Amino acid sequence: MSTQEQAAVHEHRDDIRSRMGMWLFLFSELLLFGGLFFMYSVYRYTHQQDFSIASKEMNTFLGTLNTVILLTSSLTMALSIVAMQKGKRGLSIFFQVVTILFGLSFMVNKVIEWTHEFNEGNFPGSEILSSRPPGQILYFGLYYSMVGLHGLHVLVGMTVIGYMTVYTIRNKITPDNYVKLEAAGLYWHLVDIIWIFLFPLFYLIT
Amino acid sequence: MEETKEHVKNSHSYSIYILVWLALITLTGLTAAVAGINFGRLSVIVAISIAVIKSYLVLTEFMHLKSEERVFRVFIFVALLFILISLTLLFSDYSSYVR
Repeated sequence: MSTQEQAAVHEHRDDIRSRMGMWLFLFSELLLFGGLFFMYSVYRYTHQQDFSIASKEMNTFLGTLNTVILLTSSLTMALSIVAMQKGKRGLSIFFQVVTILFGLSFMVNKVIEWTHEFNEGNFPGSEILSSRPPGQILYFGLYYSMVGLHGLHVLVGMTVIGYMTVYTIRNKITPDNYVKLEAAGLYWHLVDIIWIFLFPLFYLIT
Repeated sequence: MEETKEHVKNSHSYSIYILVWLALITLTGLTAAVAGINFGRLSVIVAISIAVIKSYLVLTEFMHLKSEERVFRVFIFVALLFILISLTLLFSDYSSYVR
């Protein structure tokens, strides 16, 4: 009997159901963002011209860079779990920290983008934005709420992974019991998937 | 017992993830490059299709759905089906208002 089996018998833990619980939470996230995506699709359908004009103001380079950053952070998150499975705790911690740093650079790029928009006067409630056609106001309203909510998720994800790093250092996450790390990974990948859709819908409208 | 087997199944090598990541980056480049071309109405469909392929890769590989128990895939299928139903109903309604 391996140590892992002994642990399973002893602690009465059930990793499959733990992950199922995490997935159920992710479904609630899907509803949250799903509603916003529905709203986006209707307004884009009714204001196609304005959406196209407004999206031209987006910084496509920063958007693409952020997509690459987030995809790479998903890779390092997945690798941290493989490292843990292989019993390499140090390497796992390294990948977790790298994931957090990628999340941080994503947020830094977002701050650069939003600062630029705010300086241009394109923020919700500003006179400049209010004087634009309704479709463009809708576009920026959706942009700030959807990308903003996603940004909050990135911050939460970074915090959660930070806790996982502490747990790993304190030996609460071990190569025999790393379901917490897997759950954090699932959350991080979901945040990545949401961005995969946000990116073409806000930055790449032809 | 179950658990041990399940963990072994979930173990991958590093290389498969790096391959998936390369595919994801390539698709990102593709979607950005294609955005410059105007396919008219098809543009949205192309962008969404690439996003769906990328999500599929993240779900099956990074999120381990490939090696997870079947019930996980059933759950996700049902969740996505309901999103599709809602979207269809939404647009069957809206397309009758707008011109």
